[in-house]
Order: sequence, then C-alpha cells, then structure tokens
Amino acid sequence: MTHADYRLSQLDQLEAESIHIFREVAAEFEKPVLMFSGGKDSIVMLRLAEKAFYPAKIPFPVLQVDTGLDFPEVTTTRDNWVNRLGVKLIVASIDDAIADGVVIDDGKTSRNRLQIGTLLNAIEENGFTAAFGGGRRDEEKARAKERVYSHRDEFGQWDPKNQRPELWSLYNGRLHAGEHMRIFPISNWTELDIWDYIGREGIEIPSIYFSHQRRVFERDGMLMSETPLNPTRDGEVVTERTVRFRTCGDITLTGCVESTASTIEEIIDEVAAARVTERGATRGDDRFSEAAMEDRKKEGYF
Amino acid sequence: MAETTPGTKPQMDLLRFATAGSVDDGKSTLIGRLLYDSKSIFADQLEAVERTSEAKGHGYVDLSLLTDGLRSEREQGITIDVAYRYFATPNRKFIIADTPGHVQYTRNMVTGASTADLGLVLVDARNGLTEQSRRHAVLLSLLRVPHLVLCINKMDLVDYDQATYERIHAEFTQFATKLNIPDLEVIPISALQGDNVVDRSEHMPWYSGPTLMHHLEHVHVASDRDLVDVRFPVQYVVRPKSDEHHDYRGYAGQVAGGVLKPGDEVVVLPSGMTSTIAGIDLFDREVAEAFPPMSVTVRLTDDVDVSRGDMIARVKNAPTPTQDIDAMVCWMTTTPLKPRQKLAIKHTTRTARALVKDIQYRLDVNSLHRDNEAGELGLNEIGRIQLRTTVPLLCDPYSKNRTTGSFILIDEATGVTVGAGMING
Ligand SMILES: Nc1nc2c(ncn2[C@@H]2O[C@H](COP(=O)(O)OP(=O)(O)O)[C@@H](O)[C@H]2O)c(=O)[nH]1
Repeated sequence: MTHADYRLSQLDQLEAESIHIFREVAAEFEKPVLMFSGGKDSIVMLRLAEKAFYPAKIPFPVLQVDTGLDFPEVTTTRDNWVNRLGVKLIVASIDDAIADGVVIDDGKTSRNRLQIGTLLNAIEENGFTAAFGGGRRDEEKARAKERVYSHRDEFGQWDPKNQRPELWSLYNGRLHAGEHMRIFPISNWTELDIWDYIGREGIEIPSIYFSHQRRVFERDGMLMSETPLNPTRDGEVVTERTVRFRTCGDITLTGCVESTASTIEEIIDEVAAARVTERGATRGDDRFSEAAMEDRKKEGYF
Repeated sequence: MAETTPGTKPQMDLLRFATAGSVDDGKSTLIGRLLYDSKSIFADQLEAVERTSEAKGHGYVDLSLLTDGLRSEREQGITIDVAYRYFATPNRKFIIADTPGHVQYTRNMVTGASTADLGLVLVDARNGLTEQSRRHAVLLSLLRVPHLVLCINKMDLVDYDQATYERIHAEFTQFATKLNIPDLEVIPISALQGDNVVDRSEHMPWYSGPTLMHHLEHVHVASDRDLVDVRFPVQYVVRPKSDEHHDYRGYAGQVAGGVLKPGDEVVVLPSGMTSTIAGIDLFDREVAEAFPPMSVTVRLTDDVDVSRGDMIARVKNAPTPTQDIDAMVCWMTTTPLKPRQKLAIKHTTRTARALVKDIQYRLDVNSLHRDNEAGELGLNEIGRIQLRTTVPLLCDPYSKNRTTGSFILIDEATGVTVGAGMING
C-alpha cells in the first residue's frame, strides 16, 4: 500500500472531526448536555456521540425543550433513541416555564421564541457547563462565523464581536462561574452531508421526513398541518396532499413541502436539486427579517 | 459550465482552503462566483441578493453580497471575522475559510489558515503585488499551508494582457523563494466575468494552466499529512464498566501522525512505558490500521497507566518530552505579550502553564525583517519566543506535524485565547 492510499472520504473526515469534539468536551467540561430538537441534525449528533464513547454509554444527558407543539412522530423517534442508548432524558417544558414565571407568554411571542428562556433556565437550573447544539454553518449567514465552541456569558448571550479565535483543532473551554459553552460538533456539515450520513448509517429519523399523506392548508405560502393546535383562519382550505417535512419544529410554524420522496436516496436527490434553502422554505420563524436568526442567536437561541 | 451539481459519491474527499485578499481585490465576488457556479446557492438566497443589489442601485447581481456576514459588519461594509462557506462538486467538498485581508486582522487570517490545505491569495491585476499580498503569502507560508494559489483578478480591466500576468507571476515567484511554499499555481481570472474561474477563458488563449475550479478539484492533499511518525494524543479513556464490556479499557483520540496497526510496539509518553497495540476500534468494528485524521480507540495488551494528555508513539520514533519551547507566536489580543508573563498553554490534549522567558524578535510580516529589540508583541504581531512550561509537552516541529507542532495560549484571568504558536525545530 502506498501512502496515497491513506485517504478518508469527506464524510469520514467530518465524522472524525465531530467525534474529536465530543471527546474533548466530555474530557474538559464538568457537566455537558446534548440539546435534542428531534430533528435530523440532533439525531446525527446522537449517533456521533454514540460512536465517540462506544462501548461505553454516552457520558452526558440529553435535554429537550417540550414546546407543547411538537410532532408526535418526533417524540416517538426520540424515545426510541433514548431507550436504545440508555441515556438520560431531561425534558424542559415551556408550559411549566410559563407556569413558573420563567418565561412570559404575552400571546404575541411564538412558542419557538419562548424556547429560548425555557432552555436557558434548564441549563442554569441543572448547572450545565456545555450544551451541544446541532447548528451547521451552512444554514444561515449568521452561522457562518460561529465557532465550534461558542462562548455564552452569564445571561446566555452570544457576542459575535468578541468570539475567541479558534485554531487547528485546539478548542478553548475556559469558563467563568455562571457561563456556559455552546458546542457545535457538526458545524462543518452541510444539509446534504447530514442526509448522506443518515443514509449510510441507516439510522432512525422521524417518519415525517418521508413522503406521506397529510391534511394541510396554505398559509403565507407554506403548507401547514391541520391540527387543533393551529386552527385554520378564514379562507384557509384544508386538502389532503402528498408531503414531507424538511425540518422538525413547532407544528404551528413548520411547513411541509409536496414531495413523493419516500427513501433517503430520493430525499438526497431532492435536496441536491433543491432551489430553496431548508430554512427559507419551511420555517415561519426565520422569515420575518433577514437578520432574524442573528437576533435570536444573540439572545441565546440554539 | 462544468458539471457541478452537488453529488453524493461515497469516495468524495475534502479540501479546506483559506482565502486572503485586500479590500476590493474581488474576494467576495470570487467566492460568490464559486458558490454560484457550483450551484451551492439557493433560490431564496439569490433572490435576497438580487433585491439588495437592486436597492443599492447596482445594474448587475452583486455576487459579493452572498458572502456578506453579520449585520454590524454589513453596516461597516467590511468583513472582520473568519467566515466558513461550503460548496461541493461531484468529487470534492470544499470548506472555505474566508478571512479578512487587512493587517489589523492578521489574527483572523492566521486562524483561517491554521486548518487550510490550500491558501488562495487574490491580487488586482491593475495594482500587481502589494504589501498586503506579500504579507498574505508570508502568513500562509508561516502556517505551513502546503498549496498556494495566486489569483490575478480583474484581468478584464487590463485587457486580458499576458505581459501583466507574466510580470506579476515573475515578481511573486521571485518573492516566494524566500518563503516555504511547496506548491504554487498562478491563475489569471476575472471573478466578475467568470474567466478561468470555472470555465476556461476565451479571452486568454495564451494561458494554458488550469482554471481555478479545476485546480481546486484536483490538487492532491491526502499525502500532505505525516504518515511516517506515529503520534496519537490520548483524549479520553473509555471504560464502560458494564457487564458486557467489563474489562474494556480503550484510549480514544484522533491520529495526529503515522499509521497505527494492531501488533505495533508502542511507547506511552511521558511515562516511557512500552506496550503493544492489541486492537483499534472504530465504533463497533475493529480496523486493521488507523491514520490521520481518523478518530479511533486504541487498546493495549498491557495494563499500563495511560490518561488524557499522554501520547502513544513508536518506541524508536517518539517526540522528546520538553519543558522548553521555542516557537513563532501570533499575538491575538490588545494587551501586549511581555517576558515573565504567565499563561495557560494547550498543546494537543495536554494543558499546562507557561512562563514567557524571552521574546527573541518580532517579525515584520511585510518585509520579513527581524526586530531583535522588540521587547513585546502587540495585537496581530508575530514573533519568536521562548517558553518554559510546568509539565513536559510532547511536541514536534510545526514543519513536521501541524497538530503536534501547534499550541494556543490562554489568558488565565479572562479565559480568552490570546496567542497561537508554531514550534520551531
Ligand atoms: N472589472 C472587474 N471588477 C471586479 C472583479 N472582481 C471584483 N470586481 C469588483 O471590485 C469591487 C470589489 O469587489 P469585492 O468582491 O467586493 O472585493 P473584496 O473587498 O475583496 O471582497 C466590486 O465593485 C466588484 O464588482 C473583476 O474580475 N473584474
């Protein structure tokens, strides 16, 4: 074998980098936690964490914010993963946070935004010092400059002007009391990489990613699920269509797309040919302004 | 146009490159074009750019807006931090570290270059080499980025003139002899018109070299890594203590150099104990060998004491543990680095404290002049320093191994990363 043969495919390189990050964090932080949204990105994170510590169990718990508006299919998949891995699940509920006065429901703020306060409170209450998130730099402009280790002050805020330089694969995990670190182990993965990896690993993801029949109505140019949680307004007509979801979020804000893609391969073909980014297409919460994501990040969003 | 739909071949590989250029040399336009021509831009992103272009009164779609970053920077109209961008062609995925060019952002360029396989320096054909472009080349060479591409941009504004290209090419080649640049390619382009970016230019029949995209797709990077000297910094000890894996004890880490195989006789540093590799695990399967940059778990035949921060190497080829470090350092914070200063140092998986014993000289990255009287290093300055560490570090010269030859310095009071070091030797 010549040296030229020692090559790793790009997916293997990304995997190796992410595993390295998981191990660094587990070694250097007192109390890490993995933030699980239920979507494909957090499932890939769980898979990478599983690989990083195998045959030992993942040495930190999984935290999910229960918006009260989650897709039941997503909860099922979450439970399957958590049970198989034998990892501890902590659920922080927005309803509890409202009841406890941790966040304020003024009737105008979306549940997706109330997640921020609920999440920060859960991190603080449990004393977590590092929280893994599934953010990818290809998702959105504001994320392109995010570090793998993203430092948050004692208010959970991100200061884009004051980020620590990040060189080689040497991560700086120093914290002061009350601060925590957001860790983005899949920073360098693209949407297509995520799908390739799910296909290659043959791992379970929520069924709503695949094509299925669903009763939907159109709102603001997006197809929304019919559900008692999201009553239709005047003029909105419910029809049954063949759809799939490209992201899993709040059921009242996450739209689906018409699609017949029912296998990973078909999804990959669809993603590769996609003309609209996943967030732009189907996330109501990002559409308010071009800088919406940046504003939410500064406040402590994932 | 080349066939560049994002494909999904299992053997697709990865190229990380860093871009550097002075303001207005056309870096954003070039990156925008690479993303655009490789179909890595989506309809909604393009629409946003079209809207903004129109609002600004441009008569064309300003591709440079695609790589425009945070709002605060948008307002200032400049890029002030490293931004990472992604695109793919059927055979390769690319990660661009887009770094600002100005001298006051040297630390950002150093950051972007630290992980790059290739550095792309952009110059304006009308201006030729500037002090800035020389500095960019110096930094890429200092960071040991193995491949360099000099793009002579805005060829459309010099009538695609061959003599202009030849002159800048010759001038740069002459300058590069003072540097460490193992592989150089000089490409005449127009980022705005697309000449020689993805498609071969019809305007420059005199140029027979590759287009930029062709070069990026084909430059050979796998052999840039050290495959001879085994270096395995231990990150984490895996001990399941479960019934099923009761006696399992594995040393997890990412291979920094060489090829590890079961049966290899190894030494654990700094203790110097020797053992043999019993097996190498990659998740639930055993592999026959591990090489950089694989993340694996190594099991040893003996019950030796190994913990995070230790390094596994070959018995006859191991780094010498040392507490005296001689290195080039890029200083990254406003408070200057001074002799006698104490800092935390992170090198591979080992963290220690370090005392600055001496600042030997400051390097003028424009003239390569060494100032022996410097006494301190300010923000964005680079110099040669001597450190004494509290515990031995297991290091190699940076020129041999970019992983075991690099370190960061951390201010213990603020927790901020204040310096980046490359070990001499
Ligand atoms: N004629 C011409 N103009 C260019 C070319 N590349 C960039 N420009 C223009 O030069 C200006 C600066 O380009 P930009 O990409 O913003 O430069 P940056 O500051 O290096 O990112 C813009 O007005 C571009 O349209 C080129 O190849 N030819």
